[in-house]
Amino acid sequence: MITALLTLPLLSGLVSFIIKSDAARRRLLLAATAGHLALTAALFAARLNPALGVPWAAAGEWFGFDELGLLFLGVTSVLFLGASVYSVRYLALEKRDPGEDADDGFIFNNAPEAVFTGCLLLFLSAMTAVTASRHLGILWAAVEATTLLSAPLIYFHRHKRSLEATWKYLLICSVGIALALMGNLFLGAAGLRTGFGLNLDALLGGALQLDKPLLKAAFLFLFVGYGTKMGLAPFHTWLPDAHSEAPAVVSALLSGALLNCAFLGILRAVQICSGAGLSDFSGGILVLFGLLSLMTAGLFILGQRDYKRMLAYSSIEHMGILALGAGLGGGAVYGALLGAVGHSLAKAGLFFTSGLILAAYRTKRISDVKGLLGRAPRTAALWLAGFFLITGTPPSGIFLGKFLILKEAVASGKYLVAGVYLLFLGIVFAGMARIFINMAFGAHAPGPDEKPFYESRGMVAPACVFFCCVLALGLYVPAWLDTLISGAQALIGRAP
Amino acid sequence: MSTLAELTIVFIILLNLALAVSGSMSVCIRLAAIQGVAAGLLPLLAGGGVMRGRAMAFAAFIILLKGAVFPWLMFRAREKTGARRDVDPLIGYPSSIMLCLGAFAASSWLGSRLPLPHSGVAFIVPASLATIFTGFLLITTRAKAITQVLGYLVIENGIYIFGLALFVEQPLMVELAILLDVFVAVFVMGIAIFHISREFDHIDTDQMDELTDWHQSEEGGNI
Repeated sequence: MITALLTLPLLSGLVSFIIKSDAARRRLLLAATAGHLALTAALFAARLNPALGVPWAAAGEWFGFDELGLLFLGVTSVLFLGASVYSVRYLALEKRDPGEDADDGFIFNNAPEAVFTGCLLLFLSAMTAVTASRHLGILWAAVEATTLLSAPLIYFHRHKRSLEATWKYLLICSVGIALALMGNLFLGAAGLRTGFGLNLDALLGGALQLDKPLLKAAFLFLFVGYGTKMGLAPFHTWLPDAHSEAPAVVSALLSGALLNCAFLGILRAVQICSGAGLSDFSGGILVLFGLLSLMTAGLFILGQRDYKRMLAYSSIEHMGILALGAGLGGGAVYGALLGAVGHSLAKAGLFFTSGLILAAYRTKRISDVKGLLGRAPRTAALWLAGFFLITGTPPSGIFLGKFLILKEAVASGKYLVAGVYLLFLGIVFAGMARIFINMAFGAHAPGPDEKPFYESRGMVAPACVFFCCVLALGLYVPAWLDTLISGAQALIGRAP
Repeated sequence: MSTLAELTIVFIILLNLALAVSGSMSVCIRLAAIQGVAAGLLPLLAGGGVMRGRAMAFAAFIILLKGAVFPWLMFRAREKTGARRDVDPLIGYPSSIMLCLGAFAASSWLGSRLPLPHSGVAFIVPASLATIFTGFLLITTRAKAITQVLGYLVIENGIYIFGLALFVEQPLMVELAILLDVFVAVFVMGIAIFHISREFDHIDTDQMDELTDWHQSEEGGNI
């Protein structure tokens, strides 16, 4: 089953490089992502139904799923299906009307569609490998592969700004992840006497015998390395550039799926640390950088003039919240994981919607977008719904996640952390409210040659479905999801 | 306890200093390649001649990649972009070499403090850390995109030596996956450099400053 999950997108990705017909390639993209989701669903059913007796990850194997990996796999798979539905329509539109730059008005070309589709599918394969790795060396290689495979996606629109973003992304993330490799080496050295290697199960089983100072060094390097990829401040500098310049569908995948995968890398390190009784050390670092990311995001959202950059900073904010939740431990971990699911769906939906706005107004400047409700009513409704969901207005699933984290912070007596957390959540809400409301309302003065904007169903539907899921998550967490998140929480949770 | 291995380590440290002062791009590419080859030879020299076939084959693979393939890719990138011959440092060479020496001193101190398992080769940990620092120096203080890729390769050399110092044996598949990633990284960065030179007519990364949050208030004023 795992082999099929890994090879299906890999093979179809390779095939789509050689397919000549655009229509066939788009159908392949849809079929491959739908097949991936079906396989994932089968894996969920098999794993969560004890009667079937399928074991969790077998010890010593390189690939296998525990609750944590399965949770992130599910999110990734759902996002990719949504993204492929969206991109089928998007690619058709791009083909018909290739590029005039939104803000500076110059003409550019797109990368060949085969490269885009191929890299998209290979990207899915690499991300599946990240969620399935039970060996930290493989995990590292897969995370680096996601960087390399997504770089051509960011450079889909071939012009200066996207190239600048791609270069920064490639260099900063590659160097950052090289530091995670150092972390792996330290981890290997920490278990050298006992001969654990880098196998996750062996490391977790004998975590107490690991050499503590070396394990701390390993955690720091892994944290900085994967933290760069995850977009935690102050290592986040590539993130707003890449998210604002990539096509909307790629931004959605970067934000919703890729950042989670990097977070998984950090969570693996946290797992080992808490097994070795170092959870105070790892938790402290996570809380510190989580709050720092929250503050950075809050300050930059306040003065933001570009709505895609605003969404990118909101991702940094949420990554900060996830790190904070994982660092606080206890019930906050549940909140963080629920928040991760909610954030992925809501943010992907928002990026999809931002693509529609970009198509309608041909600008990313917030001040140039006015009266969205009049020009594109369905897009505007989605845009406003997304705003309420992402900022955690009840009954959004993200509210539940944020609330659980707050509860844990207060319950464990960390009032300062709780205070800063609430203050910056408030600042982010205020900053985003100004932007979203200004864009949705007001009078739109149509330009001389402006055509009415057609909101394609294929581009509206994914965001709509994702938003409904986030809303449902806040009202009712299904039993299977609850089992999964609780299981994952137990994996990360602090050792007594 | 091999004298040859220790001499190689000294050689690698000297190469770091040479990288910091060399002003010619082609010299820099060659120096990084020689350093990669020296790093690839290290396990053979330290092992005292008794090597298993697997390790031999792997070392040969690394030497081929770092000594031949990478420099070839870099030279190609340099020629196709028609970049000027010098590396365009953002700080002077004296300060570069002082930083490099300082990094070596700091790494020696750090190497003696780290509770690492003792490896037979003297100075291997400081040398690896100093190599990583040199890589960062190249990335941050040289303007050209090619030199930044070189810096990335030098960091990779340093991490490879560090792995040798720590005796961390990874399964062959994992080692190969890591090498494949580094190879693809250099390859993709090479392609990106072609595009940069075509779009911008230069490959000076310090002039790539369109994407920022700081200039936007001025832009906003113009609307």
